[in-house]
Amino acid sequence: MIVEIGHFALVLALVAACVQGSVPLVGAQRNRADWMAIGTPSALLQFIFLAVSFACLTYAYVVSDFSVVNVMANSHSQKPLLYKVTGVWGNHEGSMLLWVLILALFGALVALFGGNLPAGLKARVISVQGWIGIAFLAFTLFTSNPFERIFPPPLDGNDLNPLLQDPGLAFHPPMLYVGYVGFSMAFSFAVAALIEGRIDAAWARWVRPWTLVAWVFLTGGIALGSWWAYYELGWGGWWFWDPVENVSFMPWLLGTALLHSAIVVEKREALKIWTVLLAILTFSLSLLGTFIVRSGLLTSVHAFATDPERGVFILIILLITIGGSLALFAIRAPQMRSGGIFAPISREGGLVLNNLLLATATATVFLGTLYPLFVEALDGSRLTVGPPFFDATFVPIMLPLIAACAVGPLLAWKRADLAGALGRLKFAAGAGILVLLATLMFADDGPWLAIPAMGLAAWLFVGAASEWAERVKLFRAPFAETRRRAAHLPRSAYGMTIAHMGLAIVMAGIIGASAWKQEEILVMQNGESIVFAGYDVTFLEMRRIQGPNYVAERASIRVEQDGEQIAVLTPEKRFYPVQGMPTTEAAIHTTWLSDIYIALGDEGETNAGEAGWVVRLYYEPLVPWLWVGSLVMMIGGVVSLSDRRLRVGAPQPKPAKAPSGQAVPAE
Amino acid sequence: MSGIASRKKRRLYIVCLGLLCLGVATSLVLTAFEDSIVFFYSPTDIAEKGLEADRYVRIGGLVEEGSVERHPGNRIEFVVTDFSNRIPVTYSGILPDLFREGQGVVAEGKLDGDQIFVAQEILAKHDENYMPKEVAEALQKSGQWKPESGEAPPR
Repeated sequence: MIVEIGHFALVLALVAACVQGSVPLVGAQRNRADWMAIGTPSALLQFIFLAVSFACLTYAYVVSDFSVVNVMANSHSQKPLLYKVTGVWGNHEGSMLLWVLILALFGALVALFGGNLPAGLKARVISVQGWIGIAFLAFTLFTSNPFERIFPPPLDGNDLNPLLQDPGLAFHPPMLYVGYVGFSMAFSFAVAALIEGRIDAAWARWVRPWTLVAWVFLTGGIALGSWWAYYELGWGGWWFWDPVENVSFMPWLLGTALLHSAIVVEKREALKIWTVLLAILTFSLSLLGTFIVRSGLLTSVHAFATDPERGVFILIILLITIGGSLALFAIRAPQMRSGGIFAPISREGGLVLNNLLLATATATVFLGTLYPLFVEALDGSRLTVGPPFFDATFVPIMLPLIAACAVGPLLAWKRADLAGALGRLKFAAGAGILVLLATLMFADDGPWLAIPAMGLAAWLFVGAASEWAERVKLFRAPFAETRRRAAHLPRSAYGMTIAHMGLAIVMAGIIGASAWKQEEILVMQNGESIVFAGYDVTFLEMRRIQGPNYVAERASIRVEQDGEQIAVLTPEKRFYPVQGMPTTEAAIHTTWLSDIYIALGDEGETNAGEAGWVVRLYYEPLVPWLWVGSLVMMIGGVVSLSDRRLRVGAPQPKPAKAPSGQAVPAE
Repeated sequence: MSGIASRKKRRLYIVCLGLLCLGVATSLVLTAFEDSIVFFYSPTDIAEKGLEADRYVRIGGLVEEGSVERHPGNRIEFVVTDFSNRIPVTYSGILPDLFREGQGVVAEGKLDGDQIFVAQEILAKHDENYMPKEVAEALQKSGQWKPESGEAPPR
C-alpha cells in the first residue's frame, strides 16, 4: 500500500509540474497577477508530493519489501540500516527520484524565499524549473520507475554492490546532485531573463547565491567521490581522468567561471550576454553528465550496468533543453544592452581572463572526454584518451590561471595599475620563491614542473592572504583600526580570500600527490620486514574476521620510523557472499603531511617460491591537503553565501554613492 | 561617441585574448593527442590486421578458462580470448579484485617480439556483472556473445 502511495505521489508531482510549467508563464506573458501567483503553491506541491514519494521508497528499503523490483535488486535483509537507507539512491531508479526531489526542492525554495523578486521574473523562473521537472519526472516514471512490483516476491534481495556500502559514497551522490541540479537555478534565471529580455544588477545578485550553493555542493561532491576512490578502490589514486569524473568536473569548471562573471554583471553591468550563455552551458554540462553516466555511452571504470534506451530518452531531453535555450539565446541576446566599459587591465579584465581560461580548460576536458565518441561515430575505431592528454592540456591552462588568481583581486574596477598590484604582492612573490627553493632542495626526483608549481601554490596562498591584509591595513595602521576594518569587510570578501587559499592548498596537494608518490608491490610473509620510503614496515600476522554481511582476511602491518612505532595498519580483503564479490579495504595512516597507504592483494609467491601475501605500499605526500583544501574552498563558499547583500538579495536602488568598502554594516 | 569606440576596443581585446586562448589550447590538444590516445583491439583485430610490436594499445576479451598461471615474484600469465582468436598476456603486479577466469578483462600494454602481450595495467571493474563496452562489442562481432558471461541476467 505504502509503495502505491509513493507511486501515486510521483504521478501527482508530474501533474503539479505541468501546472507549474505552464500557468505562471502564461500569466507572466499576459501580465495577470492571479495566474502568476499559481507558481508558488504548485512548486510547493510538487516538492511535497516528491518528498512523500521519496519517503515511501525509503520505507520500502528500510522494511526490506522485496516485492518491489528496485528494493529486491539493490538491497538485502542482512544489510546494515545505514546502507539500507543510502541504498535508495545507490541505484539508477532511486537516484533519479533523488534528482527530481532536489530539483523540486530548489523550485520550492524560490517559491518560498523569492518574495522580493519581481513578480514576472519569479513566475518565469518557477515555470522554467517546472519544465525541467516535467522532463525528468516523465523520464523517471516511464523509463525508470522505482515503484515497480515483482510477483512472486523473492525471499531475499540481491544486495547493494559492496563497493557502495561505504559512508563516503553514501553521501557522494546527494551532494553531487545538489550541485548538478543547483545549476538548474542559474539556468532558469537565464532563460527567464531571456524571455523577459532584461538583465540587470539585481538579476545577477539573485543568480549568484544559487550558483554559489550549487558550487559548494558540487565541490564537496567531487571531493567526496575522489576521497572514496582513494581509500576504497585500493589503487592509491584519487583522480583518474575517467569520463564519469570528467563529466562532474566540467560543470564545476564552468560553474566557477559563472560565479566570477556574475560578479561583473552585478557590480558593473558588463558581460551580461556572456554570463547568460555561461549559465545555460553550465547546466547543459550537468545534464550531459547525467546523460553520460546514465547511458553507459562511455567506457568507464565507474560505469555500472546501464541501459541504452534510457540514454535515448535523456538525449532527447538534452537536445531540447540545450537546443531550445541556445536558440532563445540567439534570438534575444542581440537585444541586450551591455553596460559599463573597462580597460583591459582592471578587475573586470582579470575576471574576463579567469572566464576565458576556465572556459578553455573546460573545452579541453570536453574534447578529451568525448573524442572517443566522435571517432567511433566517424570511422568505427575504438580508442581511449588517457590521463597524459589531460596532464598535457589542462595543467598548462590552469597554471596561468593560478598565477593570475593572486593578482586579480588587487586590481581596481574599471582601470587598474598592474605594477602597483604586483608591488603589493612582494610577500607572495617572496613566499613563492622560498617554497620553490625549498622544494628544489628536498625533492630529488619527480617532474621539474612540480617545483615551480609548488612555488606558484605558495604565491597564490600568500597572495590571497595579502589582499586581505591590504584591505584591513594589517601592521600598517594601529591594531584597533585593523580590527575595525576587518569587522567591516563584507563576508563575500572573506569568502573569496578563503576560497582562493583553499584552491592553493588543493593545488599543493595535487602537485605533491602526482609528483612524489612512491609505490611498491611485493609479496610479504609473516614476520617479514622491509624499508619503504624511510619507514620500517613489518608484516605481523593475517587473521580471518567476520563482518555483518561479509567475511574478511585482515593483515596487521606495523609501521615504524627510527625504531618508534607509528601505527599498526590493518588492510582487509573482504568477500561479500550475497553478491559473490571481493573488495579491498585499504588501511591509511595520515600525518596530515602525507599518507602511508597499504592495500592487500591476493595470496602470492615470493621470488624464492614461498607462500605469502601480495602487499601494495604507497607513500602519498600531501594527499590529505586535497581534502583539507576542498573543505576550505567549501567554507569560503559558505562564508560568501552568508553575506548580507546576498541574503537580502533585493534589488534595492543603489544608495547614493556610499563608499563600497563600508556600505555594509557589521551585523 | 567615445563610449562606443572604447566598447568596441574592449570587445576587440577580449576577442583577441579569446583567440589566443583558443590557439594555445588547440596546439596543446594536438600535441597531446599524438601520444596519449590508446587504441583498442580485440584478439581478432590483431589476428586479422596485425599490430606492430612496441605500440601501446588496449586489448580486451575474456580471460580464457584454465589459462591463468601464477609465477613467483608476482608475475602472472593468462590468455585473452574472444573465442575466435587468442592472445597470451604476461603481467607483473597486483590484479584487480574482479579478475577471474571466464570474466571480461581489459589490458593495456605492448606486444613484444614473440607476439606475447606485455601488460602494464589490467583495468579493474566495479561490478562483476559489468562487461567493458569494448569487450562486449568485440565478442558480439566475433559471434561469441554469451550474455551469461557478461551483463547481468535480465531480471
